[in-house]
Amino acid sequence: MKWDEFFVFTHDPMLFAAMISIVLGGLAIFVGLTYFKKWGYLWTEWLTTVDHKRIGVMYILVALVMLFRGGVDALLMRAQSAVPENGLLNAQHYNEIFTTHGLLMILFMAMPFIIGLMNVIIPLQIGARDVAFPRLNAVSFWLFAAGAALLNISFVIGGSPDAGWTAYFPLASLEYSPTVGNNYYSLALQISGIGTLMTGINFIVTILKMRAPGMTLMKMPMFTWSVLITNVIIVFAFPVLTVALALMMLDRQFGTQFFTMSNGGMDMLWANLFWVWAHPEVYIVILPAFGIYSEIISTFARKNLYGYKSMVVSMVAISLLSFLVWAHHFYTMGQGVMANSIFSIATMAIAVPTGVKMFNWLFTLHKGKITFTTPMLYSLAFIPIFTIGGVTGVMLGMASADYQYHNTMFLVAHFHYVLIPGTVFAVIAGFHYWYPKVFGYQLNERLGKLGFWLITISFNVAFMPLFILGLNGMTRRMYTYSEETGFGPLNMLSFVGALGLALGFIVLVYNIYWSARYSPRDTSGDPYDARSPEWSTHSPVPVYNFAIVPTINSLDAFWYAKKNKAPFFEGKYEPIHMPSNSGQPFLMGVAFCFWGFFMVFSWWIPAIISALGIFATMIYRTFERDHGYYISVEEIERTENALRGDKQ
Amino acid sequence: MKIKWALLSLIFTITTVLTGCDQPLLVLDPKGPQAKTLSDTIIFSMVIMAGILLVVYILYAYMLTKYRASKMGEDYEPPHEEGSHTLEIIWTLIPVIIVVVLSVVTVRSTSDVEAVPKGYEEDKPLVIYASSSNWKWHFSYPEEGIETVNYVNIPTDRPVEFRLYSHGPISSFWIPQLAGQKYAMNAMINELNLVADAPGSYIGKNSNFNGKGFAHMDFEAQAMTASEYVQWVEDVKETAPKLSEKEFNSLLEIDFVGRKTYSSNHLTFSPPPVGNHGHNPDEKDGKDASEDESNSHEEHNQH
Amino acid sequence: MKIDNSLPLEYSTEENRLKILGFWIFLGAEIALFSTLFTVYFVLVNGVGNGPSPKDIYELKMVLIQTFLLLTSSFTIGLGIHAMRLGLKKAMMTFFIITLVLGLGFLVFEIEEFITYVHEGATIQTSGFLSSLFTLLGTHGLHVTFGLFWGTAILMQVKKQGFTPETTNKSFIFSLYWHFLDVVWIFIFSFVYLKGLM
Ligand SMILES: [Cu+2]
Repeated sequence: MKWDEFFVFTHDPMLFAAMISIVLGGLAIFVGLTYFKKWGYLWTEWLTTVDHKRIGVMYILVALVMLFRGGVDALLMRAQSAVPENGLLNAQHYNEIFTTHGLLMILFMAMPFIIGLMNVIIPLQIGARDVAFPRLNAVSFWLFAAGAALLNISFVIGGSPDAGWTAYFPLASLEYSPTVGNNYYSLALQISGIGTLMTGINFIVTILKMRAPGMTLMKMPMFTWSVLITNVIIVFAFPVLTVALALMMLDRQFGTQFFTMSNGGMDMLWANLFWVWAHPEVYIVILPAFGIYSEIISTFARKNLYGYKSMVVSMVAISLLSFLVWAHHFYTMGQGVMANSIFSIATMAIAVPTGVKMFNWLFTLHKGKITFTTPMLYSLAFIPIFTIGGVTGVMLGMASADYQYHNTMFLVAHFHYVLIPGTVFAVIAGFHYWYPKVFGYQLNERLGKLGFWLITISFNVAFMPLFILGLNGMTRRMYTYSEETGFGPLNMLSFVGALGLALGFIVLVYNIYWSARYSPRDTSGDPYDARSPEWSTHSPVPVYNFAIVPTINSLDAFWYAKKNKAPFFEGKYEPIHMPSNSGQPFLMGVAFCFWGFFMVFSWWIPAIISALGIFATMIYRTFERDHGYYISVEEIERTENALRGDKQ
Repeated sequence: MKIKWALLSLIFTITTVLTGCDQPLLVLDPKGPQAKTLSDTIIFSMVIMAGILLVVYILYAYMLTKYRASKMGEDYEPPHEEGSHTLEIIWTLIPVIIVVVLSVVTVRSTSDVEAVPKGYEEDKPLVIYASSSNWKWHFSYPEEGIETVNYVNIPTDRPVEFRLYSHGPISSFWIPQLAGQKYAMNAMINELNLVADAPGSYIGKNSNFNGKGFAHMDFEAQAMTASEYVQWVEDVKETAPKLSEKEFNSLLEIDFVGRKTYSSNHLTFSPPPVGNHGHNPDEKDGKDASEDESNSHEEHNQH
Repeated sequence: MKIDNSLPLEYSTEENRLKILGFWIFLGAEIALFSTLFTVYFVLVNGVGNGPSPKDIYELKMVLIQTFLLLTSSFTIGLGIHAMRLGLKKAMMTFFIITLVLGLGFLVFEIEEFITYVHEGATIQTSGFLSSLFTLLGTHGLHVTFGLFWGTAILMQVKKQGFTPETTNKSFIFSLYWHFLDVVWIFIFSFVYLKGLM
């Protein structure tokens, strides 16, 4: 490997600037931590934590950074497309950018954001003190972080993947993608994927086994239900990704013949494996979003969720169907009328349970008392915009019509209309909604609403034109197009929308800063007069979550306790058992990151040494004898009094 | 909320004005029966979807205007509503009916566009092999014994049977105004049937990302009357050079090339793939391509 | 820590019960993983390219020995868990050691088989069929290898600490893992080897 193939940034000014800013940023963090003597704090409070709330916060932090990275990719793409024959980016750079944009946004932004919210909220919603396996939870996070770091390193060292986030073979094979970019793809996704699988197992056990006494399955808040179903999907979908990525790595780096064009390989096998995972993946990021909306809409309509049972049933139906529709991503492969018809019908069938949910939300508003807070605004905007995404999804599901939409901007517009109002609005809504629970103060409403309007309007300006461009024959992933195509004006409009979106996100981030400085402290722990158990404890939540575990005898039990002025917590303080912090998950993540990096470049000896490092952390874990620690009754009393604002 | 609706409708008007007036959208401006079927299907589904959107939007607007807190009075307490079986049945059944209708339309239109267009079943189709390599398209006419690169001429009112394959990564063969797209892949042949109704020049392209030069991978599909077509074939046979194996291999190698015309084709020395995936394309014998038609057709349906 | 004495030691604490359920779910994911590998194998089994076909390389004798070793080890680990429930530390350790030795034997024969294949010119790089075969067998073999290390670590802990809620829990979970590998092998034996030889 030549030097300049390794440090790819040396021959591209834009990458060079990015590299410099990364180095400077890293240096600034390093100096800052040293100057303020925060290394110890960072290590003991964050890097070694097993507290689900802090792990959740770290997930969301990484997700926000990735949102920035993926957003810059998006802006560059829209800028490049804004005018015909633009010379801002060359083909290679553009190809890398749309590939990493897809990967980052789906796997390193949407999913960790969801998993972050899940981490923070689920134990609180079911009245538990932590997840089932706190240590495993930390391992999940650090594996995810290792994968995210690896994919981002590719930006400056060796080159990013450039065959699209779908990485179809033979394009992604060594022959047609000779850079290490797609090695990063297989390894970074593999490492973070294993972390996600662990999360799946962890949360299924948590929700099935650790609910507060009295909380039967049908008394769980809707977000908890959605997360349970999502994690079941994770457990069955992610192993398929694991296999697909392993085969990809073997083909690219070990000369196997899985997806090759001769010697008995089959290129479409990759497409099948990939979509058997990737279609359910879409539901992994959308179902928890549905859960978040259910919580927020019912809170701010001040009404119970309409049709609770049918909401649950429809989510189960969606999760089952999600495994049966993968081939709708390649109707045009020539798989025949029969197969295409079956997959069409299965795909369109998903509209039925989704429609049920839509009407249930609408009827939750019916006879409600709607207040338009920022999280509610996002949830309300979701309904009309997501419906556009949904109905265009049905249109795309029709095999024959898809022959005209496939690979066009129409498709791009569709899935952004699903994923942005679906997932992105939901995580922003959830972020605003649960922010006081984690930090003890609310985000500013005026800035929140300003951000909302900017984001919602700009979103439509950015993506509505793409529907029309698609119907006009503009294909996706084109780094340039000629003047005569007439694609120019609408692409320019879309670019304007993208700028507006960027502005909206800047307002959002500014709001975090502003509120941290000026927002008043929320002492109630329940600023919205909400319904589910997470609002019954203090904000910020003490490390043990609940001093006394509540007994839940109905859905919205907390709401009824408030209404009937009945006590929600009964009993007296008892010592609380807590898991102890550990550096092992962090070190394991570091070892995985090194292993992945050396594997990418096929540097076997360092890779083997790193693998031994991984095993060392595992061996340490199996011989470790750690029974956690107890929080004494006196300490609980002291914490509770302080959080209640009592002076001692 | 009102601002939002105003803005949304503004966007709609802008976009329609920007595109609508000078020429219709490519996909909705069909010039052949296949594209017509698809365009009809698309418009039909759009009408139904607009109906669904309308229902949702009316309900939505109603709920948001009627039940805002500012209108409800201080001490209004929303009632507890479990859900309604009647309503739930309604909003399950109606979507089911819509999906059934759309399914029927889908199955019908899919089998229509996969087959030879109606009314042309008896005509002898013109067979053209369209294969992609790097970022160009090769069109081989086995019966005429000619080959073109990056443009294809076809007669109007005669069924054309494109046989698609790729010399490298997957590409997708698409002439939006004539028919829907289909993948061209390495080890199997895909068949695309179409008819052009009117003479004219149509944009054709690869729609499936296949690397660096993807954006430049378009071609011209020129539909001409039968006599003009015969004349063109004659001209090519008389004036164009022969395509040697060496020339063809160098064509495969280079990234881009302009238009080319040859009075022989590559099928004789570099036969198209037969059979489905998993077979070694090098293993097959050089049988005449048209003999394999039934064979390749059978096997690619097995996916 | 609350210990419920009415249950076997490995189920006796809340934490233990969570771990066992979690491991069952993990096995669910493992089923999805191996199902995918089997699917890949079935899709590519005819993609022999210029290389050998299943019939050319499979040898029933080698496979039968491996099957015998692994099935027996599954039986002995069952005996080991039974001994553990009875509180017989020595017996339990003996059965576990036999299990691991049988597992090691399985591995030796599997590697032997791989070496034979390679000598016959059938490597993982030869054809789609062989890539999928080696990957399926290799994944199973790696699981067994991992199990050997894991089992040894557990044995060391049992030896030192005796039967505690932790060590019994670990041993029990390990036995689930080992049985699972056995079940996977039965599928490999039937649908890869027997079917390939037919
Ligand atoms: Cu899908």
